Amino acid sequence: MTTHDTRPGSTGGADTAGPLHGGPDDEYTPEQLAAMPREDLDRLGARYDGVEVLHVEPGPEPGSALERRYVRQIGAVFALAGLAAFGFVVVYLGSGWFLPDWEWTIDSGTWSTLFTPLLGALMGLSLILVGLGMVLYARKLLPHETAVQDKHDGSHFDRVTTGATLVGGLHNSGLARRKLITRSLAFMGGGLGLMLLLPLGGMIKNPNTGNPLGRTSWAEGVRLLRDDGTPIRPGDQVAGSLETVFPAVPGGNRQADAATMLIRLRPEQVAESDPRAGQADFGYGDYVAYSKICTHAGCPVSLYEQETSRILCPCHQSQFDVTQGAKPVFGPATRSLPQLPLAVDDEGYFVARSDYIEAVGPTYWNRERI
Amino acid sequence: MARTATAPGAPTTRLGKAAHEIDDRLIVAGPLRRTLNKVFPDHWSFLLGEIAMYAFIVLLLSGTYLTFFFDPSMREVTYEGSYAPLRGVEMSAAYDSALDLSFDVRGGLFMRQVHHWAALLFVAAIIVHLLRIFFTGAFRRPRETNWLIGVTLMVLALLEGATGYTLPDDLLSGTGLRIISAIILAIPVLGTWAHFAVFGGDFPGELIIGRFYIVHVLLIPAILLALIAVHLLILVKQKHTQFPGPGRTEHNVVGNRLFPTFAAKAGGLFFIVFGVIAALGGLVQINPIWLWGPYNPAQVSAASQPDWYIMFLDGSTRLFPAWDINLPGNYTIPALFWPTLVLPGILFTLLALYPMIERKLTGDTASHHLLQRPRDVPVRTSLGAMALTFYLLLIISGGNDVLADKFSISLNAMTWVGRLGLIVLPPLAYAFTYRVCLGLQKHDREVLEHGIETGVIRRLPHGEFIEVHQPLGPVDEHGHGQLAYGGAPVPKRMNQIGGARRAIRGFFTPIEEPAQVELEQQREERGVASAEARELTGSGRPSEGGKPQEPRD
Ligand code: HEM
Ligand code: FES
Repeated sequence: MTTHDTRPGSTGGADTAGPLHGGPDDEYTPEQLAAMPREDLDRLGARYDGVEVLHVEPGPEPGSALERRYVRQIGAVFALAGLAAFGFVVVYLGSGWFLPDWEWTIDSGTWSTLFTPLLGALMGLSLILVGLGMVLYARKLLPHETAVQDKHDGSHFDRVTTGATLVGGLHNSGLARRKLITRSLAFMGGGLGLMLLLPLGGMIKNPNTGNPLGRTSWAEGVRLLRDDGTPIRPGDQVAGSLETVFPAVPGGNRQADAATMLIRLRPEQVAESDPRAGQADFGYGDYVAYSKICTHAGCPVSLYEQETSRILCPCHQSQFDVTQGAKPVFGPATRSLPQLPLAVDDEGYFVARSDYIEAVGPTYWNRERI
Repeated sequence: MARTATAPGAPTTRLGKAAHEIDDRLIVAGPLRRTLNKVFPDHWSFLLGEIAMYAFIVLLLSGTYLTFFFDPSMREVTYEGSYAPLRGVEMSAAYDSALDLSFDVRGGLFMRQVHHWAALLFVAAIIVHLLRIFFTGAFRRPRETNWLIGVTLMVLALLEGATGYTLPDDLLSGTGLRIISAIILAIPVLGTWAHFAVFGGDFPGELIIGRFYIVHVLLIPAILLALIAVHLLILVKQKHTQFPGPGRTEHNVVGNRLFPTFAAKAGGLFFIVFGVIAALGGLVQINPIWLWGPYNPAQVSAASQPDWYIMFLDGSTRLFPAWDINLPGNYTIPALFWPTLVLPGILFTLLALYPMIERKLTGDTASHHLLQRPRDVPVRTSLGAMALTFYLLLIISGGNDVLADKFSISLNAMTWVGRLGLIVLPPLAYAFTYRVCLGLQKHDREVLEHGIETGVIRRLPHGEFIEVHQPLGPVDEHGHGQLAYGGAPVPKRMNQIGGARRAIRGFFTPIEEPAQVELEQQREERGVASAEARELTGSGRPSEGGKPQEPRD
């Protein structure tokens, strides 16, 4: 098997081989092993690994009716699995070739609505059958053996000798004595750690510069626009209705914190209206405007139930009463929806009188209270 | 070591020679044999961890496929693909590419759905696996490390799911992201700083999808993979636990060797798990993002729900009362902080520390390799039932609007039911489970003492009717069984101790001769059954004559 290169330098020195093997080759000569039947070899190796095969219930007798039956069954299962797999290939490749196109169409009931389900059904069927076949094979045709394997606890010998090596190495390094080195190592470690972490500092941004959390693009004279960009006059809406509006700035209707609800109250609602302190004049006539961003976790509040004057947030069901300054009356939200002060410009369209006077959206640590 | 071709044991076949060549270089024969010979206990509940692992493999495969097409960018584009209802709509490139995957990549929708179903199954399998570890006491010394790794895996799986859910940037995931943003903002003192670090500014910014993407496809999967590897290495080192039974001791494992029986069964299970996920992925629509539309901060779809494994947080958020804590100096601890960060923090910490807590309380510091039946550890089982009740209530509350709608209950009533339920029901679950455990224990003891009810009623000479009981082992002079309970299932029906012939094999038609089976049974079971019944409840040490055999529950 091996031929020796005898040129100088290629033998690695005049060494002699030590023990050449992991297994107990000294106890079992090749001749002995060659004389053992395969089953005994299997058991021998198992025993060497701490495994005793206690009991084997052979599978069905070779050639018996039972065996032939199982073989046929399992063969059929694997064949079907292959069939389903080829079915998958046909559907995948054939669509748009000799089968109808797989691409989406507006009407249902076409091949395109069948394509994905067919892929799933065929691949699923194929794989499940492969699995089933393997399990059946193990249960019906393989011999059932019961084996016991020993569990070993940690060895005292291993612990003591490993400990000696570790402690010995540490001791020989003299680190315990050479205080200067340990200290400078600790210093170096701290510096290195910080140095490697610091580039992450690029992620840090000051959330208080310019108060981005407390401001929106609403400002004095900014018109209220519908999603389609049209401005709104008082009287455009029927009493009791709600419209979502955005500031008339570029991209205003995509901003995360600017969405506002313009609500025209019904006369009864106006009568029982009880605005927040200092915000009595924020409305305009029977109109009020509140931030659409829930003060709980920032979902857009959306469902307006005008009989009860409540606005419901679909995320965690906070409810706000529009006649009471959009105060939360149920659910986990703690703060009223901020109110946008309204006015009408020279052309008779709704504008904001200023930005919201408090931060819209969820509460945070240093959010100013008003 | 030069050998001639005629040396005894030298390989003669091609394959044998090749194997020889390989082992000459890699020296793997020894470790390979040890692996092939490794014994695995044969009980269905040991497959749960495997199911989780197989679902993870499917996730890796399908997820990699998705990355070939997905564009994790928040750049605004106009949709031009084949899904007509959205054509011309402005959206992020992420949503656009997810739509392309669904409509313009052949088989892409199938893959998307496979990936989503695999994720749902993955988390479910982890949790059920955890329950089996918990209720059978498999976490006890020496397996605390694997318990900790397991809890970490579960938390990472949740994070992985949450980041993945966000990626398509549809209306649902955007709403979820908005809530994530609010949760980060709710951290006292550091919240706004953390938010600006994660999002690169105010919500939503332009970076978050790209950042979540790399977390979802690289960071968390790499950590998961590494931890799963360690989890399994430790498992191999420590070997499996097993349920008590004949011949099973603290110092052995009884079961099948890896090769071929266990490998065939486990491989089969892999294909079945994969197949079930594939079938679900094709047949059952999941997360049809084209119906939600692109994310728009001013829109929300009613009854928007996160994936099931996040529902418990949704529930706790709905139920927690509106308690902002206003501190002097205009500082606030938002109410949102408690149900979304503190509560899961406490839950996962308690879960992670449970093995240590139990060890402290019971003073049991011994190593255990034999599992416990839940009924035999009523306190732990009841604690588990209590925790499960709490968890399930949170999940249900996560869908309380849907329930309120379906059953026409007022939403406010549902919220209050949830709030009170969280306080009242877990203790009730504890008490109930405790009773059930004791009852089951008692019944086991009764059967051991008096035998199995045979259903045969006999009239005594003086007219009294008694039911005949079949003792499970030797009896004393009063006819009472002398067997001690050994932690293994006690047979309770005559069939389990060979009282009836086994069923004839065959699904539609019998494939065996009844007479032949009868003969075979008489041959085999007469001796075995009685021996088995005698030993089933002993300690099972071979020294006491226990005969190890395959588990039969
Ligand atoms: C990524 C998720 C996970 C995967 C892929 C996984 C995989 C596995 C596998 C294949 C096994 C062996 C089979 C078995 O005993 O069920 C196992 C065992 C174990 N797992 Fe997990 N597991 C995961 C999560 C967890 C979790 C969440 C916990 C607990 C908090 C946990 C704790 C354990 C323990 C203690 C064992 C040893 C059990 C014994 O020997 O009886 N694992 N795991
Ligand atoms: S976000 Fe509105 S209730 Fe939670």
